[in-house]
Amino acid sequence: MKHFRSIDEAGPEAVRRLLDLAEHMAEVNRRPNPKVPALRGKTVCNVFFEDSTRTRLSFETAAKRLSADTMNFAVSQSSVNKGESLRDTIETIAAMGVDAFVIRHKSSGAPWQVGQWTTASVVNAGDGWHAHPTQALLDCYTIRTALNRRDSFDGLRIAIVGDIKHSRVARSDIEAFTMLGADVTLVAPRTLLPPSIDDLPVTVTTDLDAIIDEIDVLYLLRMQLERITEALVPHLREYTTRFGLTPERAARLPEHALIMHPGPMNRGVEVAVDPSELPGSVITQQVTNGIAVRMAVLFDLLGSGADLEVPA
Amino acid sequence: MSTTKQVLGPDDVRRAVTRMAHEIIERNQGIAGVALIGLQRGGVWLAEALADEIARIGEPVPVGSIDCSLYRDDIGLRPVSPGSVSDISFTVGDATIVLVDDVLYTGRTVKAALDAITDYGRPKAVQLAVLVDRGHRELPIRPDFVGKNLPTSADEDVSASADGVTIASDR
Repeated sequence: MKHFRSIDEAGPEAVRRLLDLAEHMAEVNRRPNPKVPALRGKTVCNVFFEDSTRTRLSFETAAKRLSADTMNFAVSQSSVNKGESLRDTIETIAAMGVDAFVIRHKSSGAPWQVGQWTTASVVNAGDGWHAHPTQALLDCYTIRTALNRRDSFDGLRIAIVGDIKHSRVARSDIEAFTMLGADVTLVAPRTLLPPSIDDLPVTVTTDLDAIIDEIDVLYLLRMQLERITEALVPHLREYTTRFGLTPERAARLPEHALIMHPGPMNRGVEVAVDPSELPGSVITQQVTNGIAVRMAVLFDLLGSGADLEVPA
Repeated sequence: MSTTKQVLGPDDVRRAVTRMAHEIIERNQGIAGVALIGLQRGGVWLAEALADEIARIGEPVPVGSIDCSLYRDDIGLRPVSPGSVSDISFTVGDATIVLVDDVLYTGRTVKAALDAITDYGRPKAVQLAVLVDRGHRELPIRPDFVGKNLPTSADEDVSASADGVTIASDR
């Protein structure tokens, strides 16, 4: 695999291969010395045009645990502020010798553009509202480990709740969960559903209470507070009442059900209970697993030799 | 045309395993402080067979497995496909580790395994047990316990299991 830019582009075979590989990486991460020499001599550059805490640190840690060198590019301290274009920025960094770009950008499709300007591998760390495939991978890995679903998600009932419309996490999760066989239900106010909803292989409802006691995974999205100005949601308290995880809803969840959130969390909005008090919460495992799946992605792109099958 | 020749049968393998188990106990003056680690993928069954045999003769011995794909020196030069996840549930520090593999060839896998093992701790000593030593070493590595020395040419394939050892050749 040359690039990892979306779940659909990677395809089911690669997704399963990466999830298997992530098990090896998780084992590395459990050791007293969580580092392997696999990517010595490779350089990974994190290019983040949007804010991020966990994704950038997670990629950086993943690269370091594989012994790759890392470069970090923060747009706020860069020549982008002097008017340098994305293309010139990428070509400049590429000229320093980079094997993979990890890119986050506000424009959907930016990782595909970048792929045309460099011979390095490109990993999508979030592009606009479009995709966030490593988040989807870590979510799949978390579910498969926590519910012991190594082979498939056949029959697994996953509810994704919240701002689907503006969420690249939701889009990638829908691709990945359905690819592995899960039954996905989207729960959101009509105003927060994407226009192309009929093309997606999912069920849609506005009534969380009607399904809460028969789901295996409750996936809460971040309520993007900056969108409230657009009057898509009348009031945050009303949102919490209808779509938030309240103590009453938590009590109705099946005992084995997982509670997931991609972070950062709006406490008191989509999550009105302290998730650390809920037995089903795997939110911190998601963060931990993020490192393992990103190690798997970087190793698959830079070290697996999969591109060598064609004789040189 | 390809030909396959069986050089050891199941009984031969069983006898070799029994002898190697005795040699491991003898060399270490017992089995206290010894642990076996099979190399993914081919060495795992042999490590388990040796552990069963050692337990039959005397004391049970801890047995684990290691996948050293992330330590290989040919990463990026040939496709890598990891086996099962490494499983080492005992303390490696201060233990005498017997690395176990089915076939010893260039020695590069053993070198990667040595690098991997030391990331789990600092063993008191590491010994090497192989069912077949087929020669053609590219590194200064030699086995401590050998089931069968088997002269081969580089274009032959050697495969080993509990059912026997075979040599396949394209000539």
